[in-house]
Amino acid sequence: MATQEPDDKLISTEVSADETVRNERPDETVLAAKDLDVYYGEDRAIDDVSIEIPENKVTALIGPSGCGKSTFLRCINRMNDQIDVCRVDGDVVFKGKNVYDGDVDPVALRRKIGMVFQKPNPFPKSIRENVTYGLEVQGKPATEGDVERALRGAALYEEVHDKLDTSGLDLSGGQQQRLCIARAIAPDPEVILMDEPTSALDPVAASKIEDLIDTLVEEYTVIIVTHNMQQAARISDKTAVFLTGGELVEFDDTATIFENPADSRVEDYITGKFG
Amino acid sequence: MSTPPMDELFGDIDLEWEHRKNRAFRSLCFLSSILGLAALALLIADVLWEAYRGVSEYDIGIIHFITSTGSVNPDRAGMYGALVGSVLLIVLASIMTFFIGVGAAIYLEEYAPDTRLVRLIDANLANLAGVPSVVYGLVCFGLLINGPLDLGRIILVGAIALALVVLPIIIVSAMEALRAVPDSVRNGSYAIGATRWQTIRRVVLPAAMPGIMTGTILAIANAWGQTAPLLMVGAIASARHVPTGPFDDITALTVTIFDWAFRFQDQFHVLAAMGIVGLLVVLLGMNMVAIYIRSRYEKELS
Amino acid sequence: MSTDTDPEITSADGRVAADQRRDRLVQGGLFLCISFTLLTTLAIFWVLFNEATHFFFDGRFSDVVVSLLTGESVSQRITFVEFFAGERWDVTHSINPGYWVGPLVWGTFLITVGAAFVSIPIGTLTALYLSEYASQDVRKYLKPGLEILAGIPTIVYGFFAISFITPWLIRPAAELLGVQTRSANVAAGAIVVGIMTIPIVASISEDAMSSVPDDLRNGAYALGATKFDVSLGVVLPASVSGVFAAYILAISRAIGETMAVTIAAGFTPQIAFSPFVEIQTMTAYMVDAVRGEAVVGSIRYQSLFAVGLLLFIITLVMNLLNNKLKERYREEYR
Repeated sequence: MATQEPDDKLISTEVSADETVRNERPDETVLAAKDLDVYYGEDRAIDDVSIEIPENKVTALIGPSGCGKSTFLRCINRMNDQIDVCRVDGDVVFKGKNVYDGDVDPVALRRKIGMVFQKPNPFPKSIRENVTYGLEVQGKPATEGDVERALRGAALYEEVHDKLDTSGLDLSGGQQQRLCIARAIAPDPEVILMDEPTSALDPVAASKIEDLIDTLVEEYTVIIVTHNMQQAARISDKTAVFLTGGELVEFDDTATIFENPADSRVEDYITGKFG
Repeated sequence: MSTPPMDELFGDIDLEWEHRKNRAFRSLCFLSSILGLAALALLIADVLWEAYRGVSEYDIGIIHFITSTGSVNPDRAGMYGALVGSVLLIVLASIMTFFIGVGAAIYLEEYAPDTRLVRLIDANLANLAGVPSVVYGLVCFGLLINGPLDLGRIILVGAIALALVVLPIIIVSAMEALRAVPDSVRNGSYAIGATRWQTIRRVVLPAAMPGIMTGTILAIANAWGQTAPLLMVGAIASARHVPTGPFDDITALTVTIFDWAFRFQDQFHVLAAMGIVGLLVVLLGMNMVAIYIRSRYEKELS
Repeated sequence: MSTDTDPEITSADGRVAADQRRDRLVQGGLFLCISFTLLTTLAIFWVLFNEATHFFFDGRFSDVVVSLLTGESVSQRITFVEFFAGERWDVTHSINPGYWVGPLVWGTFLITVGAAFVSIPIGTLTALYLSEYASQDVRKYLKPGLEILAGIPTIVYGFFAISFITPWLIRPAAELLGVQTRSANVAAGAIVVGIMTIPIVASISEDAMSSVPDDLRNGAYALGATKFDVSLGVVLPASVSGVFAAYILAISRAIGETMAVTIAAGFTPQIAFSPFVEIQTMTAYMVDAVRGEAVVGSIRYQSLFAVGLLLFIITLVMNLLNNKLKERYREEYR
């Protein structure tokens, strides 16, 4: 357990070689929220959040359950539009454009920003059809090359290349989740949102997904919600801590958050005093 | 910060066509759902118009129509005898089915072990619900009128035919109502040391009763509108005859409407429409009672 | 520790024992209630089979069995070939009766197919509208509307056919095409049966569509799918067995439907290919025969049961198919 780590380090943030290279790149903001409030009916789920998320890095959103981190994620690709009672104030700016502007089409937005859900949700179709679905709805012809590229990108190709026409539901949970990642990257989005992608998986399957995220970030910007602090520490470059009430308490380099947080509430949360 | 126009960011995505397709499909779906309701409105308007013609063109008094018995003379024909027959039929059918139906539902939901016999009964129940009502009528005709039992063409036989039609419906809806009672309620009673029957009688049944009543009323409403099984057991349009008990000759409102609708004169056609208005008013009443029970029950739960 | 069992817990006698005895008694009584349903099924099979045998042979099934046991010969009056592949249906013709059930089956087939062309597209699109597009407010009015449509007695639909559909829709259409039509015709029957089975298709399909988990919809929306893509590409394929179960049930209802087709489509058994002619379905024949004073022992009386048995078997097969499909879609999303 992380609590057995020596002295001042609260949680290990040992970084891989890749990550060191990544950290040296200058941050270029691809996504930003400005004074964002979200309400479900009368209840406020996000309270005045402002954040700038860097390109080609992994940003983790952590916090206790009910803190609004998933709600925030769903604001980015406007999946909250599906919920009738949900109301959003403030800006979410993607590449300089507020996605809540009247002229932004959520359908177009979601073709630029992919998403992976908490529970693996492959369609009851073949593996191939699952991967090509995104391209199909976007009216782009899908080639064998596209299928292979996406499945390789999701580190699934070796396991399924000889059974592409079997149902996606026949795969194991971890494989299903990687299939969902393949489905998300097949149309080549710019940002991938992940909503607790490993929480429904066993530890082995989860670690495969974590490795995968490490390679995904070469091409994509990854924003991941997780309730697992060790996971955030292992895989992310930046960490945002939300606390109950939908408030963004602190946002900084992951190492800073876990080793030397500025806010005492964050320190309390990370050391397990509450949450 | 200046906001770039939509084109700059999403210029490579053309959604115009897709949104148009989506809107067109949405409209198609909407029109389809309206079509069913439009047919309903048209049907009701048509019946009301024809019934209104009866009052205006043929000068048939509504009170006269309700209180007169049937007749071959359209000027004198009314629905009184037929109405009495229909009421007798569904009262008898309800008495016959309610207790058996609820008892059967209790057995299947609360007692039945998972044996081959019970699975057979379950599957059989689903099939009984799908047997055309005309077949039930034919079976009663062959068994109770011309078979080993020669009861004759009486109200009781018609009520048995209706009972066979609605019994599977009552059982299935009562089972649903019992299933809606949460197991925590049962466990609470068992934990106090109640037997299964005590639990059912004092806790489960009262909780499920509104649901059972709603389902039963809707099933009786179904019986109220049945024609084919009654025709098969020899129901006739009521002439002067007003039935007084289960052993009287069988007549019913629906059968009388059927007879009128087939007569040559236009005046019988409008009489049929007036009969249908009577039929639908009673049906509406039953549905309103069912809706009232359901809504009160929902309030109790919340 | 005492090895004596505590009488209070073992309920060897006393109040608890009495309660348990009553429990078993009640259970027996309730079992009697449910056994009624089995008795009903047995009665259906027995009566239909017994009397239908008399249509083909010189005696009821019970008589035939007795004859065979005593070694007497049983003569067959009407061959199965004649019943299933004869020339025409006219059992009461005094000189040259015909016993081919084909025209009745054809009449039922025409009505059923015509009704399916009305109820399946409209019902499916209604279900998609209810489950994917409609707001809560719209659903609040649409669903009870469909329930009312389902609750209208079939005789009222029959009246609607002869008083509105035929004079205002079918006759003008026939005149436009320059063909004759009668007050009873296939088209009117098919349309009203179609209308009355819309609620069956719509409500059962919608149940199946609503049981498709939202995860799947969100997965597609997150890829930039429109509602159109989700409805036809995800929801409909995922709920296909439930939707088919709805179709089968609606078709089975159309086959067994009696009053509306009797009034709307008529009493003329014939193999016809035009929607504007009068036909007779199996169910309408049954109404016709029983109203024509089918005397016990007459061929007309026995033909009732032969046709009834055929109708029962057809609907039974449809119902079994429907149950299989329903089981499958219940298992799919648990």
